[in-house]
Amino acid sequence: MSIRISYYPGCSGKGTSSEYETSTTGVCQALDVDLVEIPDWSCCGSTPAHTVNHVLSSALSARNLTLAEQEGFDTVTTPCPSCLSNLKIAEHKMRKESFREAVNELLDQPYGGGVDTKSVLQVLVENVGLDKVRERVKTPLEGLKVACYYGCIMNRPPEVMDFDDHEHPMAMDNLMEAIGAEVIPFPLKVECCGASFGIPQQNIVTTLSGKLLEVAKGLGVDALVTACPLCQMNLDLRQGQINAAQGTQHSLPIFYFTQLMAKAFDLSDAVQGMKRLIVNPQKALAKIGQADKEIA
Amino acid sequence: MNTYKITAADNTFTAEVEKRSGQDLNACYQCGNCTAGCPFSFAYDIQVSNIMRLVQIGQRDKVLQCHSIWLCASCQSCTTRCPNNIDVAGVMDHIRHMAREAGLATERKVKVFVDSFLDSVERHGRVYEMGLMVSYMAKTGRVFTDVELAPKVLPKGKLPLKPHSIKGKEQIAAIFKRFREVKSK
Repeated sequence: MSIRISYYPGCSGKGTSSEYETSTTGVCQALDVDLVEIPDWSCCGSTPAHTVNHVLSSALSARNLTLAEQEGFDTVTTPCPSCLSNLKIAEHKMRKESFREAVNELLDQPYGGGVDTKSVLQVLVENVGLDKVRERVKTPLEGLKVACYYGCIMNRPPEVMDFDDHEHPMAMDNLMEAIGAEVIPFPLKVECCGASFGIPQQNIVTTLSGKLLEVAKGLGVDALVTACPLCQMNLDLRQGQINAAQGTQHSLPIFYFTQLMAKAFDLSDAVQGMKRLIVNPQKALAKIGQADKEIA
Repeated sequence: MNTYKITAADNTFTAEVEKRSGQDLNACYQCGNCTAGCPFSFAYDIQVSNIMRLVQIGQRDKVLQCHSIWLCASCQSCTTRCPNNIDVAGVMDHIRHMAREAGLATERKVKVFVDSFLDSVERHGRVYEMGLMVSYMAKTGRVFTDVELAPKVLPKGKLPLKPHSIKGKEQIAAIFKRFREVKSK
């Protein structure tokens, strides 16, 4: 049975997390999830918008929910936790009439309410299910030891996000096990990586992400698995800055969970996406006999 | 432990934070759970539980001029773990809005980053990462920000050199325009 769902890629999917975007669409296609991109979607406002004003933030998000509604959808899915959080919070806050009216005053087309947003992770675990994922695996990732890092807002605050356990989420752990990887419990799975402070306050990111890498190293994992473009960028692109600031020599690959699924499904563009990672994943992929000379 | 010299209580400040955030600030009994779980406490000048207390006793200037409100990433640890169900991260967000409206920004670089991001959204309808970086560097004069990352990221083709403007970008610009009009009323 196929699933047809409205899709919101998010801005970073078209830039710094393009490998998340391609692996997400590839994996969904392989699992009969038909992602229907919201026509002419716009930025949700991310963290900057809500730190300035909540009505502005919800207006930027609600425009997209209205577009999805017009296409006849009652559920949107997005790979990015920041987009997810903004879209969900807009819907949640707009249930209050006075807030909804204030937001609609800013919009060309008012948002009526009632469109739910789910992460791609949630759709894969709850709507597709682990059995279907297991059936689709061509090359199990046997021998690859990973820890799963969810970041801070995928599950929080729980009354808004309404998915998995907010202190000890397991959705990604279960998915990685389903594709054959060995999953080591990660005690910092919901700690913050430093978020968008990489540019204005780099030491915050090198400290917090440094802690994540240090703990991951102590667990002896081959890679960390993420579901967030910002977490991935802080841990991967900034790993050199972290090493310089902390006096460490980490060289830990940081995968998106969808990249490893694409790998286990033998999707041809999986290798292409791996090339876009900054920390070379060769050593980790060699563990599953999947090292590719093509990966620079 | 930090101590703070308290000035006369400005109760209108407490009332305004309560009204904006919709939170019952009296429910905070200073258990310190928010501070214990806050990943940013190492970078804060005033800990989040202390901010909650300072708001309760009407310390407007101290709160609006602290650095912590700009360094909170809204990670939701405090909100999730508050035993009295106070949306502490929401309170931090509202205090930040009030500081901004009062023309205060003790962490200027953070404010410039936020403004550059939203400028980019207003202009293109989506955020244009490369343009955001350039705008941030121009406004802060910090032209070497992350310059060492350029040789790593550029060959990966992950940073498009042109913005993805959307067809409805005027609709996004109109959202910002109406927002400023409502705010100036």
